[in-house]
Amino acid sequence: MPPSEGVLLSAAGLERRFGARRALAGVDLALRAGDTLVVAGPNGAGKTTLVRILAGLTRPSAGTVTLLGRAVRSADPASRRPIGFLSHESLLYDDLSLQENLAFAARLHGAADPSARAARALDEAGLGERAASSPRALSRGMLQRAAIARALLHRPALLLLDEPFTGLDAAAARALRAALAAHAAGGGSAVVVTHHLREAWDAATEVGVLQEGRWVLRERREGPLEAFLARAGGLADA
Amino acid sequence: MREALRLALVLAAKDIRAELRSRTALTSALVFAALMLVVFSFSRDPTSLSRTALAPSALWITFAFAAMTTLNRAFTVEREHGALDGLLLAPMPRESIYFGKLLGNLAFAFVVEAVALPLFVVFFNIRLGSALPGLLLTSLLATVGFVAVGTVFSAMTVRTRFAELMLPVLLMPFMVPPLVGAVQVTARLLADRPLSEVSAWLRLLAVYDVVFVTVCALLFPSVMDE
Repeated sequence: MPPSEGVLLSAAGLERRFGARRALAGVDLALRAGDTLVVAGPNGAGKTTLVRILAGLTRPSAGTVTLLGRAVRSADPASRRPIGFLSHESLLYDDLSLQENLAFAARLHGAADPSARAARALDEAGLGERAASSPRALSRGMLQRAAIARALLHRPALLLLDEPFTGLDAAAARALRAALAAHAAGGGSAVVVTHHLREAWDAATEVGVLQEGRWVLRERREGPLEAFLARAGGLADA
Repeated sequence: MREALRLALVLAAKDIRAELRSRTALTSALVFAALMLVVFSFSRDPTSLSRTALAPSALWITFAFAAMTTLNRAFTVEREHGALDGLLLAPMPRESIYFGKLLGNLAFAFVVEAVALPLFVVFFNIRLGSALPGLLLTSLLATVGFVAVGTVFSAMTVRTRFAELMLPVLLMPFMVPPLVGAVQVTARLLADRPLSEVSAWLRLLAVYDVVFVTVCALLFPSVMDE
């Protein structure tokens, strides 16, 4: 679908097999600018595989991913430029300070003033005073905030967040929801995979539940979370 | 092309900065190199093997195995905290990752060689004299060859359970040509033979470099992608 129709991210017929096991079994999705899709589902449902395929980190066995009208392919570096990614891990180097880590990421994205960009991102994450610290010296929550700052550093059009609320205290979770809201207000889209549906609920414009690699529920977010959980029939947790 | 080179330099600079901070690979490689030279020096039976006969092999086995220690580190550091995903997601060609890692690995290998060479001179009581320029050229050509291949194998083995064991097993067969060439050249240079006498070996080392740097750069993207 061309970007002129407002679709920022589209995926069609995504399948991924690991040997005999099918982690994804035909997943479609389309997100418009400003949409935030929150994906829930039991362990092993294919959520992380979906996010990694959308990021271009895992090659699908079948299907395509298109971002801003361009196929996301490993051989096309520019197709990855609009992606911000947060996984279970921080993507940070223990032997570099937070400032150096983020400046390195900014340089990879061709930022004009990488050091200033990194310092600003750390300030926004409330980690300005820890800029000289190694990631190994941070608490789990601080590390998660640093990882989120790294994901947002280059102002990506698409955010792919895998369990972003893990380890965050209430204030940091609020800050993340605010960041997601600001991202959506600026025309960005996001896919958020989480077991903490309650934390992400307000940020969602769409919610979906994956089971055995397929959508078993996918709808615009309407009504209270409890009603959605009832429709999900125990496949999603709050 | 210019952007790809810039990104490779950014990655190499990051690796060098991180290594200077931790000194994990360099310290291990330097200690290992010193120990190898000590072992070679003191285990030689002077009645059956002359110093000059053993010296070239001892030097290159030391260089090669010490470099392997640093090669192991090149991608294991990317495995920690999933940093490799950060590289793969960056808008940089996979080839830039290869050349960035290659440059970083070469820097570490040359540092190890720069420290090990004087130790070699001391332990083997060798006078380098006029052999030094030729030896430095040989070192450049041979090191580029086995580090180019080692960088790819390091990327290949990092996702395996026994990366540290797999790397030497895979790399050794590919190290044979540059090592044989380097030992042949070094033996002749230490015997005060002219550089012209070893030009064929030097050409062979240069061809190996061109071929394997090219092949490795072309193969690297498929190694990186799952």
